[in-house]
Amino acid sequence: MLSTVITAFSIALASGLLMSVWVVKDQARANFTGVDSGFDGVFGARGSKLQLVLNSIFHLEESPGNLSWVQYERIAADRRVATAVPIAVGDNYYGYRLIGVTTNLFDVEYREGKKYTVRSGYLFNPSKKQAVVGSFAAERLNLRVGKTFHPYHGLIFEKNKQHAETYVVSGVMEQSNTPADRVIWIPIAGLQNMAGHSAETASDVSAVLVKLRGKSSGMMMNQEFNLQGDVMTFAWPIADTMSKLFNKIAPVEMVLRAVAFLVALVAAGSILASIYNSMNERRREIAILRALGARRSTIFAIVVLEASGIAALGAVAGFVVDYVIMSAAAWLIRKETGIVLNPLEFQPVMVWAPLAMLSLGAVAGLVPAAKAYRTDVAENLTPIS
Amino acid sequence: MKLALLLLNIKNLRKSFATPDGSVLTVVDIPAFSLDSAKQTALCGTSGSGKTTFLNLIAGILKPDGGRVELDGSPISDAGEAGRDRVRARKIGYIFQTFNLLQGYTCIENVLLGMSFGPGADRRWARELLGRVGLGQRLDHFPRQLSTGQQQRVAVARALANRPKLVLADEPTGNLDPTSAAESLGLIRETCQENGAALLLVSHDRGVLGQFDNVRDLADINRAAALPGAVEAKP
Repeated sequence: MLSTVITAFSIALASGLLMSVWVVKDQARANFTGVDSGFDGVFGARGSKLQLVLNSIFHLEESPGNLSWVQYERIAADRRVATAVPIAVGDNYYGYRLIGVTTNLFDVEYREGKKYTVRSGYLFNPSKKQAVVGSFAAERLNLRVGKTFHPYHGLIFEKNKQHAETYVVSGVMEQSNTPADRVIWIPIAGLQNMAGHSAETASDVSAVLVKLRGKSSGMMMNQEFNLQGDVMTFAWPIADTMSKLFNKIAPVEMVLRAVAFLVALVAAGSILASIYNSMNERRREIAILRALGARRSTIFAIVVLEASGIAALGAVAGFVVDYVIMSAAAWLIRKETGIVLNPLEFQPVMVWAPLAMLSLGAVAGLVPAAKAYRTDVAENLTPIS
Repeated sequence: MKLALLLLNIKNLRKSFATPDGSVLTVVDIPAFSLDSAKQTALCGTSGSGKTTFLNLIAGILKPDGGRVELDGSPISDAGEAGRDRVRARKIGYIFQTFNLLQGYTCIENVLLGMSFGPGADRRWARELLGRVGLGQRLDHFPRQLSTGQQQRVAVARALANRPKLVLADEPTGNLDPTSAAESLGLIRETCQENGAALLLVSHDRGVLGQFDNVRDLADINRAAALPGAVEAKP
């Protein structure tokens, strides 16, 4: 009984791992490459496009450097640019980033027909020390409208780096299921002029998010800034940059898949071993069934069915394992990136992984079934002492 | 006058086994044996006279080396293993000395399991049979929760579950005290009679044999049993 439970559990683990690895991979890729926050590209200091996108769209990573306000104005004035939103980073509140931004961010549709909206309170006044808090950050930091806080210098929270400025929460944003949920938006001038920031770079921006007029604009600007220019980096299209990241981490996915397959194989081996070993104790039982008229093929089928039954139990329990892993992964990814994964979203792996486990169980049952098939009836009808 | 129909007809039945030293030991060598429908016959034999092997040959559990076993017109000995299994499931009930109940199953499940290899499970008939052997209140008990005598009764009910033409009983009272043995034997005989099944019972217990009108000595019909050094083959 115990070995059956352990075997079923290992099958559940393998099935759950397979499903969650697949689902996390697919959903993460779809979400990360699908998130562009409504922008076509990002301008930043000369450097890595990936770092630029991670920093300005996903609010992860360090900023690769700054652009001057003049550079921002030049970008904004470019006739190929429809909207330009400058952002500045460099401060946090208990690890949640403060992003200095202009209010035109809130005019951009981050998804078709959807704009960032304030759920309670109102948008910050660009000339005041006010903040609009993303829904997730507000929940984690317990920041409500009217509350005040002192930002901390840097992107990583350090207790002794508190700024003297006091900010008031003017609004809490509606949940958008984007990285914007886990940041605190403040006026860009506020972040630029925070005490302790270098006066020389006070008017600099970390990146400029742009919405372009037409697809050809992107190609032209890519040519102009990335291939011919050497002052700025233009990360465009954003999804491509993220795709490259996922391609880079593809070997990790493969390792995870390989681990899941290995667990599945070990579980199948465990089914084989536990049933095969039990065959010795069950020789008499098999002989009795045969004496009652059961055919060899019936006995064979019973053992294969038993193995399949254990695998089926494991496959069903695998959904629980999948849900637990997915929920933990979704929580972690939301906490770290703001991207929301849905643990219950259907994926084909949720059909083929349990079926594969069932088949593996049946195959693992073939060897003990063959042993049962060969059991000599007359020899085993007497009690085994 | 009622005409007796031949149920079991055996001719020149032979079965040998290889011994560990490489020689061949003949355990059964029966030129002729027959049993009429619904008739009850006891076979007596000492230990090593080939009783169990003989019953296993009739039941089709063992295939003979030679000769013919015909049950109800069907030649069991010529049939393949699957064919012998089918005949056993449908026409033969077997009561073992050690009862051979499946410990993980309840009384009624043991009876139903026996049916499932034959014509199919019939819960009502299983309940009726268990009621007939006095276990109507213990349908859901497991064998370990029953006395030895009660386990024997479950085995009797299971043997009759498929309405067999022939019930084979191998030392069915060997594990029972004298009182239980007498009760059990009476029950086996009565239930076989009620169900129109012939009974072939083997025993070396004189008390048991004394209950039968028709008693045959295996030494008389099995030439191998008379051979010096003949032993009850292990299988």
